[in-house]
Amino acid sequence: MQKESPIREPLILGDKSYHDITVDVAKPVLAKANKMWWVVFGISLILFLWWILSVGYTIGTGIGVWGLNKTVGWAWDITNFVWWVGIGHAGTLISAVLLLFRQKWRLSINRSAEAMTIFAVVQAGTFPLLHMGRPWLAYWVFPIPNNFGSLWVNFNSPLLWDVFAISTYFSVSFVFWYVGLIPDFAMIRDKVNEKYWPLRKKIYGILSFGWSGRAKDWQRFEEVSLVLAGLATPLVFSVHSIVSFDFATSVIPGWHTTIFPPYFVAGAVFSGFAMVQTLLLVMRKVVGLEAYITIKHIEYMNIVIMLTGNLVGIAYLTELFMAWYSGVEFEQYAFLNRATGPYWWAYWIMMTCNVISPQLMWFKKLRTNIVFTFILALFVNIGMWFERFVIIVTSIHRDYLPSSWTMFSPTFVDIGIFVGSIGFFFVLFLLYSRTFPVIAQAELKTIVKSSSEKYKSKRHE
Amino acid sequence: MTKQKKYWKGFAELANDPIIDKLRQNEFVEEIPIDDFLANHNNLSESKTSRRDFLKFLGFSTAAATLAACETPVVKSIPYVVKPEEITPGVANWYASTFYDGNDFANVLVKTREGRPIFIKGNDAPYSSSPNARVISSVLSLYDSNRLQGVIKRNQSISWAKADSQIINKLSNANGDIVVLTNTIVSPTTQNIINDFSKKYSARHIQYDTISYQGMLEANKESFGHRVLPTYNFEKADVIVSFGTDFLGNLFNKSFEKQYIANRQPKKGKMSRHFQIESNLTLSGANADVRIPVKPSEKLNLLENLYDSLVGNSSPNDKLKVIVDELLNSKGKSLVLCDTNDKTVQVMVNAINNILENYNQTIDLTRPIFTKSADDNAISQLINEMNDGKISALIISGVNPSYSLPNASEFNAALSKVDLKISTALSLDETASLCEYVCPDRHYLESWGDAMASFNRVSFIQPTIQPLFNSRQFQDSLLVWTKSKINYYDYLKDYWSSKVSWSSSLHNGIIELNEKRYFVTKFSGQVESIKTKITDLELSLYQSNSIGDGSQSNNPWLQELPDPITRSCWDNYLTVSASTARKYGFSNWNISNGALNGDIARLTVGNIVIENVPVLIQPGQAVGTIGFALGYGRTASGKVGNGVGINAYPFVINNQYTASDVKIEKMEGEHEFASVQLHHTMMGRDLIKETTLNEYIKNPKSGNEQLLYDTHKGKLAPDQIDLWQAHDHETGHFWNLGIDLTACTGCNSCVVACHAENNVPVVGKEEVRKSRDMHWLRIDRYYSSDMTKEIANEKEISAVSKYKAMEVPSENPDIAFQPVMCQHCNHAPCETVCPVAATTHSAEGLNHMTYNRCVGTRYCANNCPYKVRRFNWFNYAENDAFDYNMNDDLGKMVLNPDVTVRARGVMEKCSMCIQGIQKIKLDAKKDGRKITNEEALNVTACSSSCPTGAITFGDVNDKEHYVSQLVDDDRSYQLIDHLNTKNSVFYQTKIRNRKA
Repeated sequence: MQKESPIREPLILGDKSYHDITVDVAKPVLAKANKMWWVVFGISLILFLWWILSVGYTIGTGIGVWGLNKTVGWAWDITNFVWWVGIGHAGTLISAVLLLFRQKWRLSINRSAEAMTIFAVVQAGTFPLLHMGRPWLAYWVFPIPNNFGSLWVNFNSPLLWDVFAISTYFSVSFVFWYVGLIPDFAMIRDKVNEKYWPLRKKIYGILSFGWSGRAKDWQRFEEVSLVLAGLATPLVFSVHSIVSFDFATSVIPGWHTTIFPPYFVAGAVFSGFAMVQTLLLVMRKVVGLEAYITIKHIEYMNIVIMLTGNLVGIAYLTELFMAWYSGVEFEQYAFLNRATGPYWWAYWIMMTCNVISPQLMWFKKLRTNIVFTFILALFVNIGMWFERFVIIVTSIHRDYLPSSWTMFSPTFVDIGIFVGSIGFFFVLFLLYSRTFPVIAQAELKTIVKSSSEKYKSKRHE
Repeated sequence: MTKQKKYWKGFAELANDPIIDKLRQNEFVEEIPIDDFLANHNNLSESKTSRRDFLKFLGFSTAAATLAACETPVVKSIPYVVKPEEITPGVANWYASTFYDGNDFANVLVKTREGRPIFIKGNDAPYSSSPNARVISSVLSLYDSNRLQGVIKRNQSISWAKADSQIINKLSNANGDIVVLTNTIVSPTTQNIINDFSKKYSARHIQYDTISYQGMLEANKESFGHRVLPTYNFEKADVIVSFGTDFLGNLFNKSFEKQYIANRQPKKGKMSRHFQIESNLTLSGANADVRIPVKPSEKLNLLENLYDSLVGNSSPNDKLKVIVDELLNSKGKSLVLCDTNDKTVQVMVNAINNILENYNQTIDLTRPIFTKSADDNAISQLINEMNDGKISALIISGVNPSYSLPNASEFNAALSKVDLKISTALSLDETASLCEYVCPDRHYLESWGDAMASFNRVSFIQPTIQPLFNSRQFQDSLLVWTKSKINYYDYLKDYWSSKVSWSSSLHNGIIELNEKRYFVTKFSGQVESIKTKITDLELSLYQSNSIGDGSQSNNPWLQELPDPITRSCWDNYLTVSASTARKYGFSNWNISNGALNGDIARLTVGNIVIENVPVLIQPGQAVGTIGFALGYGRTASGKVGNGVGINAYPFVINNQYTASDVKIEKMEGEHEFASVQLHHTMMGRDLIKETTLNEYIKNPKSGNEQLLYDTHKGKLAPDQIDLWQAHDHETGHFWNLGIDLTACTGCNSCVVACHAENNVPVVGKEEVRKSRDMHWLRIDRYYSSDMTKEIANEKEISAVSKYKAMEVPSENPDIAFQPVMCQHCNHAPCETVCPVAATTHSAEGLNHMTYNRCVGTRYCANNCPYKVRRFNWFNYAENDAFDYNMNDDLGKMVLNPDVTVRARGVMEKCSMCIQGIQKIKLDAKKDGRKITNEEALNVTACSSSCPTGAITFGDVNDKEHYVSQLVDDDRSYQLIDHLNTKNSVFYQTKIRNRKA
């Protein structure tokens, strides 16, 4: 058993025994949903329906129902895509990178963060599909043998790299998440009373892959987790780097920027942690997990947000500096136009939310305040959405030839697909919170004796 | 005795088996148990085919029948039973013909495919007049579903025979006057037929020009004794001073671009000097070397001042000092023009040209133009007579007075007093809908005809398609009503066969007769003062480049063709300068999607008031003046043209196209413009490189200095620094397209030709407002700004304010046009980013777009520095939301069968008319020769329709191709060349003849 310094704050509060943890984690799955859950689920479902209608309308009529035009060929679609992919990053970072760094505080949050990753990548994946003029031919982007002669995909295209990056990311994340779930599914399987819920018992039985809890099971589980963490870690950096190549490899001033890969990765982690905060702050209250997701956890995440926020801020300033230093007038104009052109408000929302507001996290009082954290997390989510909007729209709406300059304005379908995707995401997340063990309890139990309040105080005595 | 051979079919036969005999008698050896099966109830129920089986069979056959019915929709196409000799499917036939509608005149070549005219371009024969955008678009008007399909009597269709007998009866019994009202007739045979008709019914013939040139006609009559219009030889003019005449836009329906540019070739070291003194910013003004914006009244005062200075009565006005000097220095090689439709003014212009010895040099009255000759008083008199009940029959052809007369309501009221009203309009236009009989004329592409547009030069019209409807040519109608036995074709043929070779004339489309020259007397005009009072606000009416007089306003190509100056379409509006707009409180603004909105006004001239007129702020518009385009606001034009814009004809008071003492007030509400260009300045970027003639002579590379990058190897040009492997362009063809910005007048012909050639869809006003116009080729128009980089550096202006100021065009800016299509980059940013390789590079320097492969990610369009790629946001064909020509079977006949109609979700762009390249390659291969320069020049729709030859196309690997000489010219450059995209399209610097 690991020993932990007594001055470290406990990661599990209260007088929690192993059994208590099992009960707490199984409770939302086994008990009935409360009113709050139904209200939120209802709203999400309505948004999801809006999404379905908007998507149906788009596919049925044409991309023209969006606000795009001859100059601005991407706007909310790719903004949403990058935003969701970015959000996904926190889950992988928490479960894989923090596992490699042996950060025990990850254990209370990694399950939900990974779920968020999966669901966010699902949302992200819909956009490249939907933004196609002919989505029914989307399979053409896969290098599959075909009867079109020697036709093959274009391996030079960053969009193709995206296809590989996103699909790899999704599959690795999903497997990693699922492997972690196996012992917990087994726990629920064992908690379900077969007499009352035979079907549930059966389903959890299948989901847990016949987990028996033998030492060999645990050993393999640990090994696979470590291997997958090793595989997932480079993905944290590669996926958003590749997404950033969509822009970085182009010739458009404001897109053609070599700083993009690290800048996008920092931004992704930044937005991802903000989304984890948003979700967990609500969930710990609704599901009653305050003992596991403690103020300390929130503070840790806030520190990550502050750090990545500053990285993003440095990237913003570097971009401005490079535009000035390059001496290229197109480049200079692109950045001047961002800050002072018709979309100045988007730029300053981005700056305020992403660079200025995280500075407040320097104050311990603020970063340990739940309400403040929640508001700031929302700010960061908004700011990061605007960051992508600023990069995409304000760069192409005024590029090389002023004769083609124009503006972009979203239609209700654009809004429907974006808001609807949030609804879709929450539908998935809420269903998850009622059917999945939302905390990796099996792993969490490994730190009960080292890091829980109960045992720490005992040792203290 | 020879032995009989026995042939047997089998051993059984050889062995005389009895079964053989049996088989011979009975085909089926075993009995078919039909009776057993059907007659015997027991057998039936015991048969192996149970009810279940029966149901299975039933189900199978139903399913099979249903499946067999599931087929892709059958597209009817009827093959030739007997193939016409001259038609080979897939091979185009070209016919020479002539366009004349009373407003535009052009000698054209009509491309037909499988008997359908699909494209129109200029006839290169000598003396021919090149087509403008309206003439090129006229092929679509042929397939206008709004056209009448037969004779109509009071909105009921009747037969020709019935209509004819009733009309002849009524004409014979008419107790009042009979009048034939037409546009100016330039056809000698038609004139004869009208004369015959007039003789028979003692009818009168009245000509009416929608756009009047009365002033010039009368002035020439007074000055030289002939009521004609002169031929202008712009190619001989070294100094051109135009007082408002837009000879590059609209002047006597002829085009003068070719002659104008002929004397503006910097390579020759000589260019004409062009001064334009005008109130609206016209195409001519945009091309002028010096443009002086003045009010219409001030323009007349300046003209008088010019006259006075030339005769030495006064000293020239400051604005005219240079002009007077230059005019006097180039006597006999100058040209002074004025657009005012007033005899006194035109006599003064004649006097000026006479003083400058321009007659028989730059102005040729011995070869007059006949396309406008109407007397404006005739129609007013006709109205009076109709009101007095003196007219009992009126035959109207080729004109639409109920729309185009300023006093149309008076005309309509008077018309109701005429007993017999016959219109020969092609559709139920404003006038035709008031007529009793509408006997639809044929579209010119279905007609025979001749036209003597200028003296001794006869152009022929020949049909290029069987008549689409049950229509009849106006001439044939007159012949029938005259009870002549001959039809018009024979009449025409007989008439000309005696004079010229009929078939070769028809083939060539234009011939020159050898009749003696026009005799012109010496100038003998009486010059009177034309001093005019200058008022606060003055109006000047103009014809827009696309819609003209409004006769083709139901043509969607023309409606969507952006004005070359304002770059707005689907609209007319008041153009005012920024300071005038400020004074009266008008503004324009962009809404959130960039679309342009503006205030609306109440416009008052005398007692004529029109409300809700949109106001567009126009740089270059003279302060205190308003421009307003004619030809809009049609009410009976058809589904496309109805209700587009506002009718400005009521403001044509006393046949003057200008008005003084105009009042304008701001009204509640706003107007939505459809502009394809929302930013008007180059923002200090050297997109259009320009220099002056003097600089060019000193240094041919002036204005075209190569950008150099600092590298470790020293200073290098962008194309010397390359990460990429270059394509091999040494072997085979390497197609390049050159655009000479000095020769481009911005006339829009190429834009519409591209539209026609490449089946470019029309998307409508709402979509244009959303910046989704589909033009593959656009003509960017840039204004100069008062703010430049140099000024900003000098005054130490911050970058932010510098760029803000750069967005604002000058009050009287320099204008430059730049046709932009796909630049066919040889290092194409679009090609690398397409995930499915739908856009690829050809070995011949072209950037291909494979529509079938495109999945529509639009990444290519985003990454295109030139923004030339166009996305199919919707299905534009066969979609009721886009109810233009591609949505009806008739309109679809104009589609070029060589070019795919793109489906929704697919990217498209200029292909450099790859279908044409393929054709000339095959032709040359078949003949075993090289591709000629002429062939190549005619490949792309834009180069073949460019009246000035500004656009050239060819193979740069073939030194005989003109373009291969241009590509290495000192003036040639590639757009945004620092990106090193290595374009196959290059531009040549714009050179203004300006004394810096």
